[in-house]
Amino acid sequence: MGKKIGNAINRIGIPTFAVGALLLVLLIAAGALGQSIPTLISDILKRIGMNGVLVLAMLPAIKSGVGPNFALPIGIEGGLMAMIICMQFDFEGWGLIGAATLLCILFCSILGFLYGKLMNAVKGAEMTIATYSGFSMCAFFNILWLAIPFSNRKMGWMLGNGLRETIDMKKFGAKNIISDFLAFKIGKVTIPVGMILTLALLCFITWLFFQTKTGMAIYAGGQNPRFAEASGLNINRNRIIANVFSTILAGLGIILYSQGYGYTQLYNGPMNMAFPAVAAVLVGGATASKASIPNVLIGVCLFQGLMTTGMPVMNQIFTGTDLSDIMRIIIQNGVILYALTKVKSGGDR
Amino acid sequence: MNELFRKITGDSSFDLGSWILDHIVSIIFWVFIILGLLVSQNLQLNVFFSELCDRFYRNAFLILSLIIPVVAGLGMNFGIVVGAIAGQLAVIAVRYWGISSEQAGGTAFSGLPGLLMMFLIALPIAALIGWLTGTLYNKTKGQEMIASLIVGYFGNGVYQFIVLFVIGAIIPVQLAHPMILYDGVGIRMSVDMGNVKYALDNLWQVPFAPFMAVLCLLVFLFLIWNQFLRSSKVEGKSSKLSPLLFGVYAVISVAAGVIFLMQYLQGGVLTEVRKVPVVLVLLVAALALFISWLMNTKLGQDFRSCGMSQTIAEANGINVDRTRIIATIISTVLAAWGMIIYLQNMGTLNTYTAHNNVGYFSVAAILVGGASVSRATIGQAISGCLLFHAMFILSPEIGKAVFGQPALGEYFRTFMVYGVIGLSLGLYVWRANKKRELKQPQDEEA
Repeated sequence: MGKKIGNAINRIGIPTFAVGALLLVLLIAAGALGQSIPTLISDILKRIGMNGVLVLAMLPAIKSGVGPNFALPIGIEGGLMAMIICMQFDFEGWGLIGAATLLCILFCSILGFLYGKLMNAVKGAEMTIATYSGFSMCAFFNILWLAIPFSNRKMGWMLGNGLRETIDMKKFGAKNIISDFLAFKIGKVTIPVGMILTLALLCFITWLFFQTKTGMAIYAGGQNPRFAEASGLNINRNRIIANVFSTILAGLGIILYSQGYGYTQLYNGPMNMAFPAVAAVLVGGATASKASIPNVLIGVCLFQGLMTTGMPVMNQIFTGTDLSDIMRIIIQNGVILYALTKVKSGGDR
Repeated sequence: MNELFRKITGDSSFDLGSWILDHIVSIIFWVFIILGLLVSQNLQLNVFFSELCDRFYRNAFLILSLIIPVVAGLGMNFGIVVGAIAGQLAVIAVRYWGISSEQAGGTAFSGLPGLLMMFLIALPIAALIGWLTGTLYNKTKGQEMIASLIVGYFGNGVYQFIVLFVIGAIIPVQLAHPMILYDGVGIRMSVDMGNVKYALDNLWQVPFAPFMAVLCLLVFLFLIWNQFLRSSKVEGKSSKLSPLLFGVYAVISVAAGVIFLMQYLQGGVLTEVRKVPVVLVLLVAALALFISWLMNTKLGQDFRSCGMSQTIAEANGINVDRTRIIATIISTVLAAWGMIIYLQNMGTLNTYTAHNNVGYFSVAAILVGGASVSRATIGQAISGCLLFHAMFILSPEIGKAVFGQPALGEYFRTFMVYGVIGLSLGLYVWRANKKRELKQPQDEEA
């Protein structure tokens, strides 16, 4: 019996099982403590919608063999720049979202192409270099936010130059604009249909992409680079395509995130956004070299579910301390470390 | 051009292009610092030197703790963050007892004994953490650097859990203790070092200018000894410099010595630089000597063989995994002690944030000194420490002078930290990959 359970856990994957079990315990605790379960579920759904695309951005990178996209901030900064430029020209509401999306695809393609080139140059140490390219890009954009003379007063400080740390999307009529689109209530649970549809659409596009010839070739190159090379596939080119795709998804992800959150977070906001996304896809059962769309969806549900449920429950049990954030740090990095121990050593690439 | 440089360095295989690639980060920093000194008119030289020296005393020990893992083939150990955390736990424990004793009218754990107690307590904690992280690095071979980065974050989570919750909720503490938060659980935002502050610094201080003059003299004497009196070969490689390079170094050391002496005699601006805490400097020197001694022992040779090739080391009967764990333990313990030294100089411990940047800043500093993933020396650590922190002091000044915005300088500084790490690690991997590509076709032919 014990062996059977052990096998089942191994098949699901230890991180998935552990996080799932913890989420279940927390949900039961939330119920027992008398917290409103419908509100919790609404919050979870909202957070899934906000973070889903950022996690989806991991998929092309992992499939192409580059590994989880620790350089997510690069794409995020591209998306932010697109939004800021559209805001500068006073786009509002759906116009802002649409224009930012188009501009984001342009910016992120360029950034993703350069980043893909970089990843091809540093094969074998992609994850480390990716992390630091993400950090450096963040720091570089910090300089840009301060130095570019944006003149729209809705985005500036009261005094002095440079953009604010957070820009209120409400002033541009874009707060929750996708979340509230077609949203309806079942009992007390709000279903953010717009966000879920967006996530589903992007998942479908990603799935479709990996059915095409290019997509298959990328996947083959990621699984077995030597074999793919021998059968005449251009691996380096495919890796670049995958990274461009991943970077665009990251840019779109931050647009979706910002409208759900109600604010665009500039400066050091995006710096550490890669790690929760990496952890989420790993929680969903992905590894550093293998991932699928179910992994992404399961992962984002479990991880964001845990984060959302954790806060009110922990705060009620241990008043006054911020244990839920500590729980996030430990789980998030514990999951990444566990995945790293499963990476085959770089020698046999 | 190449010929000229070959003559200067006395190295027949010298290639200017690859030399520049090797030293690109140092070159960028030198240019930046010289420009910075030129444009920032408000900066007084004595303030600059005081700041720089202070930062050097604080950070040198931490940066030196990075060398051994590099030699042992683990790469840059961003995991010294968890070593720093071990140091902070020791600081918190000793300060807790120290303040309790002060309140009772005693003087236990104050001043130097308190500091020594911190070193002692940090040792087993850091050794245990080092063993755990070393074991983890063995399970993540080839990905040690990203693993060590994440270990730092993970350790941060565990540490916050301890100082915010375990202390008070599980470990009983006095409710009214000034270090404990109001409701009796967790440590406050900042912990005052009390009279442990400057416990080392105050032991023996000498004025800056004559100290530097003597240091220059010692460097000059060392150069002479190295060039003319030392037995010629160390590990098969001549330690002698080419005559021209020797001449340049000798002239620089003599000139610097004379300048410091003149300043001292005439009471110039450099006499206003803060006094030198000799014991702290000696401690850094002792650590440097310890590391170079260790490298010549059997263990040091093992580190080096593991760094060259794990397969060959294994074939020679070296227990690779064990050696790598020992390297990690040494690094972690040194980082813990380095953090304690840092804190006794700072005077306060910011409980929740002090350790966060230790890894990035130390790694960036040693890379600026010219170290790489597989090679790091004491000289690189020392010069990197000075260069890096000179940049740190100067960049707000440059931001103010050039753009009229000090904040811009601060963002630029962050950019430099991450940029340096990314650039030099990236360049290293890129060149290693290129070398392997060049080698592979030959292998196939053979």
